[in-house]
Amino acid sequence: MSDQNDLTLRAEQEERLRAVWKPPEGLFLRWTDVNNNRVGVWYTLTAFGFMLFAGVLALIMRTQLAVPENDLVSANTFNQLFTLHGSMMMFLFAVPMFEAVSIILLPQLLGARDLPFPRLSAFGYWSFLLGGVFVGGSIFFNAAPDGGWFMYPPLTTRTDLSGLGADIWMLGLSFIEVSSVAAAVELIVGVLKCRPPGMRLNLMPLYAWYILVVAVMILFAFPPLIAGDLLFEMERLLGWPFFDAAKGGDPLLWQHLFWIFGHPEVYIVFLPSIALFAMLIPTFAQRHLLGYPWIVLAAVGTAFLSFGLWVHHMFATGLPKISLAFFSAASEAVAIPTGIQVFAFIATLWAGRVIWSTPLLYAVGSIAIFTIGGLTGVMVAIAPFDWQAHDTYFVVAHLHYVLIGGTLLPLFGGLYYYWPLITGKKLSDRIGRIAFWVMFAGANLAFFPMHLSGLEGMPRRVFTYPAELGIGGLNMASTVGAYLFATGVLMVCIDLALSPTRPKGVRNPWNAGTLEWLAKPEDENWGIRSVPLIESRYPIWDQKDFVAKVDEGRFFLPDAEEMKRETIVTTVLDARPLQVVRLGTPSFIPMATAVALGSVFILTTYHLYWWSLAGAFVTLGCVLTWLWTGTAIIPEKPEKSIGHGIVVPLYISGPSASGWWAMFITMLADATAFSGLVFGYYFYWTVHPDFPPPDATGPGVFWPMVAMGTQLASWAATVVAREVHARGQVLAARSLLIVGIVLTLASLLAGLAGPWFTGLNPSEHVYPAIVWVLAIWTAAHAGVGVICQGYTLARSIAGRMTPRYDADLRNITVFMHFLALTAVVTYATIGLFPGASS
Amino acid sequence: MKRLRDRIAGLRVTLWTLIVPPSMWAAHFLFSYLWAALNCAKVGEFATFPTLFAIGTAVALVVIVAAGWVAHVQANRKGDTPPHDSGTEIDRLRFLATATVLLAALSFIGVVFTAMPVIFLTDCR
Repeated sequence: MSDQNDLTLRAEQEERLRAVWKPPEGLFLRWTDVNNNRVGVWYTLTAFGFMLFAGVLALIMRTQLAVPENDLVSANTFNQLFTLHGSMMMFLFAVPMFEAVSIILLPQLLGARDLPFPRLSAFGYWSFLLGGVFVGGSIFFNAAPDGGWFMYPPLTTRTDLSGLGADIWMLGLSFIEVSSVAAAVELIVGVLKCRPPGMRLNLMPLYAWYILVVAVMILFAFPPLIAGDLLFEMERLLGWPFFDAAKGGDPLLWQHLFWIFGHPEVYIVFLPSIALFAMLIPTFAQRHLLGYPWIVLAAVGTAFLSFGLWVHHMFATGLPKISLAFFSAASEAVAIPTGIQVFAFIATLWAGRVIWSTPLLYAVGSIAIFTIGGLTGVMVAIAPFDWQAHDTYFVVAHLHYVLIGGTLLPLFGGLYYYWPLITGKKLSDRIGRIAFWVMFAGANLAFFPMHLSGLEGMPRRVFTYPAELGIGGLNMASTVGAYLFATGVLMVCIDLALSPTRPKGVRNPWNAGTLEWLAKPEDENWGIRSVPLIESRYPIWDQKDFVAKVDEGRFFLPDAEEMKRETIVTTVLDARPLQVVRLGTPSFIPMATAVALGSVFILTTYHLYWWSLAGAFVTLGCVLTWLWTGTAIIPEKPEKSIGHGIVVPLYISGPSASGWWAMFITMLADATAFSGLVFGYYFYWTVHPDFPPPDATGPGVFWPMVAMGTQLASWAATVVAREVHARGQVLAARSLLIVGIVLTLASLLAGLAGPWFTGLNPSEHVYPAIVWVLAIWTAAHAGVGVICQGYTLARSIAGRMTPRYDADLRNITVFMHFLALTAVVTYATIGLFPGASS
Repeated sequence: MKRLRDRIAGLRVTLWTLIVPPSMWAAHFLFSYLWAALNCAKVGEFATFPTLFAIGTAVALVVIVAAGWVAHVQANRKGDTPPHDSGTEIDRLRFLATATVLLAALSFIGVVFTAMPVIFLTDCR
């Protein structure tokens, strides 16, 4: 574009971009911001704060355990301390921290102005903050959960053995899981659809590959826990006996659902840290990373295998040995891709000219610690060894080596590496190095002796131990190590606190080759000046005059002529430009929605069901307002030029649009949660000979079949509506949507009619309880289906949806596909499965 | 044979084909778990080298090897120069295909690992 040589034009473009991306100011309004660089920073700081809080809890525990028979804290307080330490580190630090860092980095890495759904990021953040304060704050009221971070029933489901803490855990963390799934949707669509032109899959920064893989893992790992939480709270609040063996339930079902989440979780927090290595190692080896496809293999392979490991947390529960052996085999196999990543990094360092910077020191040191944890992991993956080590400090040592080497230290390395990107200032190399060695020594001193105290018989989760056990010295060493580690963390905090007093540094201080380092120390809010054409994995190193061309607006979308926030949507495989998408602007709605949804969870904890129901209606109102005013807006013109003669539409719908993908991905998560419930039904049937009980009356065949038939008819009506609508027959489409609404309502009522008319009493036995849960789940989804169909009808009548601009109808059709599938599985299971009807 | 290879080289390669081998591992793993759970809970035993399990494992291995071979042919598609990390159509294809070959190898090992306990364990204890 020759006119980019015109300096006045460039200044005008910059002025327009600056105005469009201007952050909201003011004491209150600033919190309505949705831009990734600000929301990401809030998110990161909040997660960091929760980490420090949970770390202090650990220090109190270590102080209590420093000497035998100590009485610093009571057994009850100690239970709350270890439960909250584990839960907060996992749910409020490790997972959110990866999401937070990705929200900051991903748009920069992909040369996008922002992620596709900025308001969703903001909603995720506010949900996280609210839920985190609710769960973490409970300890100040002596009401923190105290059943261990995995909350095994029956200890935690019996209300006479565990108090409000269990409800706070279940409902507070379910709320946070919602925000995690929201972030996963955002990150997946971001990686797949918002890459710059030319960045084909093989040129994608490895960080983006890892984020894609991890976000997909969240979709399949978190929903089973959400399903488990649902069953758990039904038992605690309503007495439905899902985990109560006396009424046909089974506490092991909870363990399955928890660990189907819990084991992939380990890799969900580990892979993003490896992703940081994949960015910083090439920079300091001064060469391309070796074995790019091997790293992708490792990420994808680990993701798959990690779903075949969950029973290795249940080796001591008495499952058949053959089942244990399958999981043991998968646990050994996962060492292969993990090892490949480590070898690829070593090879890159070996082949490069290494600069021994502070971030690299953290990376190498954490690989060493992680490897020790990995090796003890191979040991405990062997069932007979695990029976010896189970529930001892050996396992505590193993998991802390893995998590400190695989998550915490890499994040500190990432902090030292990326701090200049976020603030424009480098941290102190001197303090960073000293802090590293203090933490490295502290971690080893704290956790290595635990292997020995564990093998000598020190059990986990016990608030003290007798002097005769002879492990006082080992415990004292662990305590000293813990304080040493905390000293290192404190040094990092001091380094961060000193940062505002330091001058701004230079751009790209590490001489890195990847896109994110285009950011300037005096950063603009617009993300990137112009969206580049990518021809290499390390464009700053390899592409001629790359930085200057970006800065001078010589690439794509250098302007904001219509004064809208925009970014480019491209194809999944080859990143060909498809659309310019208009992004969400600052708004109170994400925060309001988070507060409303939070009230549903928090009020339910205190059994304020009517208020909670009111909260649910407010949430629905917020969501509908958000959708109605902020999504699928018909643009003022059909297409626009992004420069270099390329003209793309401003509105697309169907499988190439980002909104369609978001709906599809959300529904995958929803279907996974549903499959957790269905797993429950068949689990009971498999392990309990009297399921369904011989004398039980099921919901019959008639009503479930009516419900299934009407739901399928409603689905067909919606699909036909989509097709005729696309052909311009708007009236026919509206009529079909009305028919669809009536049919979905009929299905909803018929679904509940089965268990209702046959008088199934859910608190009597697990069989009626699980039938009711499946029916209610499906009916609730049918309710959402009615809202979807009604919303689309209203959009059409209001003129906000036309045959050319039909994203609403196409997106709700995706929902209807999944609803039809849910209905078929539910009603076939409760109505037709052997023994179900009588 | 050459015509077959040419046709294979022209097949579409996507993110979905990338995950065929590990999905096969996952399917086989689920199958093994269900097979053992149902046999042990409902029958109370399983014979040494039971037929159903052997067939399931063979099917999984055949699919993984086939996917790996297809990807191997595609990974060696001619055109462009080494080291095959440019932003071209062929290099993108070669990358996805190479990653698929590697995943097929990992999945093959994974399936063999899963199958081994059935050789050594003979009952449901």
